[in-house]
Amino acid sequence: MGASLQNLVAGMDPYFLQIIVNIGIAIILALGLNIITGLTGQLSLGHAAFMSIGAFVGALLTIKTGLPFSLNLILAGSITALVGAMIGYPILRLTGDYLAICTLGFAEIVKVVFLNLDITNKALGLSVPPAHSSIPMPIMVWICAILAIVAVTFLQNSRFGRALKAIRGDEIAAESMGINLARYKISSFALGTFFAGIGGALYAHFLGYINPSDFSFLKSVDILSMIVLGGLGSVPGAVIGASVLAAAPEFLRFMSQYRMLVYGALLVFLMVFRPNGLLGGVNFVDLVLRKLGKKPQLAVRNGKKGE
Amino acid sequence: MLLQQLINGVALGSVYALIALGYTMVYGIITLINFAHGEIFMVGAFVGLLAVSKYNVNVFVAMAVAMVASMIIGVVIELIAYRPLRKSSRLSALISAIGVSIFLSSLALMVFGADAKAFPSTAFPVRQIKIGEAEISSLQLLIIGISALLMLGLEFIVKKTKIGKAMRATSEDYNTAALMGINVNRVISFTFALGSALAAAGGVLVGVLFNAVSFNMGLMAGLKAFAAAVLGGIGSIPGAMLGGLMLGITEVLGVAAGFSSYRDAIAFAILVLVLLVKPTGLLGRKIQKKV
Repeated sequence: MGASLQNLVAGMDPYFLQIIVNIGIAIILALGLNIITGLTGQLSLGHAAFMSIGAFVGALLTIKTGLPFSLNLILAGSITALVGAMIGYPILRLTGDYLAICTLGFAEIVKVVFLNLDITNKALGLSVPPAHSSIPMPIMVWICAILAIVAVTFLQNSRFGRALKAIRGDEIAAESMGINLARYKISSFALGTFFAGIGGALYAHFLGYINPSDFSFLKSVDILSMIVLGGLGSVPGAVIGASVLAAAPEFLRFMSQYRMLVYGALLVFLMVFRPNGLLGGVNFVDLVLRKLGKKPQLAVRNGKKGE
Repeated sequence: MLLQQLINGVALGSVYALIALGYTMVYGIITLINFAHGEIFMVGAFVGLLAVSKYNVNVFVAMAVAMVASMIIGVVIELIAYRPLRKSSRLSALISAIGVSIFLSSLALMVFGADAKAFPSTAFPVRQIKIGEAEISSLQLLIIGISALLMLGLEFIVKKTKIGKAMRATSEDYNTAALMGINVNRVISFTFALGSALAAAGGVLVGVLFNAVSFNMGLMAGLKAFAAAVLGGIGSIPGAMLGGLMLGITEVLGVAAGFSSYRDAIAFAILVLVLLVKPTGLLGRKIQKKV
């Protein structure tokens, strides 16, 4: 099976393939941040740092050990989640923007540390050898992306997911309903960073080269824009936001030097005209059920529903 | 040696403080992290550079021109990108601010190119002044002096004038201030103008000090100034000054102690440590949680 998949990927246009892979990785990253910021309501401005931890751990595992790639991915994700939980433990006491700036500060520190460590080859960056796997990387990325979409969809409607949404709604009310704030916040942080770690490891092996400077503040902002653009807390929103923003630089390529200019203006206009994101407040499962007549149609849609 | 480093630190710190004031004032009034503020600092530096190199004015005139230009830009940005979002979620306004920031820095990249531009040496003649062991350049004195003057001016506006009173009232309680007949929109525009002017002054000073103006100078300076504002307690004006000075001094001392490759991490490490002990910053007000 591995060989036929290899042939399938080899037959595709490499440029097209790269866009597809970028979208897949973006979806994994966006879904991770969606758990932290979208579901639990904790603004994180340092998601790229966790991605970089996963990328370097994954790359080093491939370089130093002969672990199969799937195990490598899980390890990279778990180590990132462990770091996430360790960081999350002290800083999740902070609220709102103080938390945001702390995650930002942490991300800058991680970047500078990676730029100075010998094992990460300092500012030169690391060349990543091909993964020890018979499944080609693009297929691997999309297997992970689909698993992530399924996992987060189920998570959202689970007991755990409802607890996170309660925290987002009102921390004090959630606490008085018996939700252990610290435990749930740290779990959501660990889970979100687990996705970031896997996304990072995939990114490292697909690109074959990683540099600490690639995981800067702007990368974190990119991922945050994806979930806000799609609509916070919505899985289809995160998928669409990630697809649009990961592909946008390619579609805007014909504007060459005006590309980032247009991208910036686009962000402003999208926010001004769709402040809750493209799909903010739209519940797809609900929508389908209503269309099928399994649930009554809503008479009036409350404008505030996206909050 | 220590005195020398302290003076270097105070000079750098006063610039951080100038930028941090803009963050903290805007946050105090509409609780928005204005991520475009660092880019206004950069635009101010470029306007100052243009004034000096094209029209041969001295550094003071250039600074005044840059301040006026940035005021206008700041007010226009608020009008286009933030005002329509005032009633929506704060995250949307944040993304809008990030959009403005990307827009401005790529605009500067297109107009001025990727390489750093230098201020002509005629802009401000630098002399070295000896105080005991330490050697201070007249430029550092200028930076410290101008920053102190601007901050005193700000303190006067906020504490003694009518519009300052309106600013304080608006930041205390937005809705009540509006009910009391304060034109909140005007107050917010004024706050953006004030903050942008201070950032532009900081931009020209940094441009002359490091003799380099580039399209991406706003990002790191903005992030550090933001860190300074949070360190002091965001929303608090004296806090921003204190935070800026603290970050500037520790950064310079850290570099002098041999951690120069960790330069950019020092400011954030201090920020994280302080927030862990005092979760609302040094001079920040305690957040009251109510059911």
